[in-house]
Amino acid sequence: MSKKVYPDAVAALAGVLRDDMTIMAGGFGLCGIPENLIAAIKLSGVKGLTVISNNAGVDGFGLGQLLETKQIAKMVSSYVGENKLFAQQYLSGELALEFNPQGTLAERIRAGGAGIPAFFTKTGVGTLVAEGKELRQFDGETYVMESWLRADLAIVKAWKGDTEGNLIYRKTARNFNPMMAMAGKITVAEVEQLVNVGTIDPDHVHTPGIFVQRIIEGSHEKRIEQRTTRKRD
Amino acid sequence: MAWTRDEMAARAAKELRDGFYVNLGIGIPTLVANYIPAGMHVTLQSENGMLGMGPFPFEGEEDADLINAGKQTITELPYSSYFSSADSFAMIRGGHIDLSVLGAMQVAANGDLANWMIPGKMVKGMGGAMDLVAGVKKVVVVMEHCAVDKKTGALEPKLLKECNLPLTGTRVVDLVVTDLGVFSIDKHGHGKPTLIELAPGVTLEEIKSKTEAEFDVAESLFAA
Repeated sequence: MSKKVYPDAVAALAGVLRDDMTIMAGGFGLCGIPENLIAAIKLSGVKGLTVISNNAGVDGFGLGQLLETKQIAKMVSSYVGENKLFAQQYLSGELALEFNPQGTLAERIRAGGAGIPAFFTKTGVGTLVAEGKELRQFDGETYVMESWLRADLAIVKAWKGDTEGNLIYRKTARNFNPMMAMAGKITVAEVEQLVNVGTIDPDHVHTPGIFVQRIIEGSHEKRIEQRTTRKRD
Repeated sequence: MAWTRDEMAARAAKELRDGFYVNLGIGIPTLVANYIPAGMHVTLQSENGMLGMGPFPFEGEEDADLINAGKQTITELPYSSYFSSADSFAMIRGGHIDLSVLGAMQVAANGDLANWMIPGKMVKGMGGAMDLVAGVKKVVVVMEHCAVDKKTGALEPKLLKECNLPLTGTRVVDLVVTDLGVFSIDKHGHGKPTLIELAPGVTLEEIKSKTEAEFDVAESLFAA
């Protein structure tokens, strides 16, 4: 058995978690979130966390659970509109918040994983987002410098993974997971199906195993945030 | 009669062209998908990582792994593709998306847009809006012409000389569709919108009284 495979989320995070650390958590809304690893972080009781994640879950599910227990000191996100507790804790000053434009957030994480300390983008020029940051002209247009994001730990969710940590995501559950897998000092992946090496076609790998240090198979509730349907004709 | 939400969406849909890649925001902009002309091939992008968004699924066929940027369950089409958020915003920021339709709290005469926060009141975040307005080739805003003050019931114009809410982008809006009419904005030019269409039954006097920004009136409107 590969040394990357752990029996469950608690075991996979043993020796990794500590107070005041920075954690990246994959997912968009509740889609593609590492449910099992979030639950294990809640169970561990670590606090003072800085969490980098596009959203903050909803009240009672996903990262919302870590807000309930007040384990999160700061969020770096692009949109938190689904979470009342989040707004409450932020407005009362209990929770620090750094809003990033979604594309800037994705690119900062990608840059972190790729060893690129900063880049320039047009996004946010002339807004609060660019305040205090270096501006520079390229071909007559103004761009703002944004810096990389890296984390002590990245927790990601994939559909299928093998014992070497090669990952395949499914549909829009991919979102931020591939970049976060690259940007964690330690990356722990949870998958719906853990398979032996040789099962996944190497041409179909989304995240190569080099970016994944630990992997578990979990069971997933996969809650739907907005169930929208159409009538059959 | 002012335009309804659906009529506003139908008007915005007139900006679509065959072969366009389009990103639609949440709210009225989402309705634009219902007014893509028959025979026109338009590919809808969802910034959470999908090209070729299909309609809502039939009941019982929802897939938790397949949602749009509004977190609603959707379906795929034969030509759909999936990708990461980094690739998605490479499409958006790299200028590969032809048209973005989104809502607004305020638009200024020079094309400045505010649609992501009200200090001390609303803390939702900008999501992908700042990236969209910075990177997409053409930006269309669809919004009610005025906001209604919840306490007093007074009408507050949203097309302003200058925005007083935190900006989403500066000089980014090309066209504004409201329930009362349509304005084109010369975002790189002299900074004065031009009223190019009036909703049926709406007079120039009415729209002037409900607009803070100064604007020109297109000659085609006088001819009508």
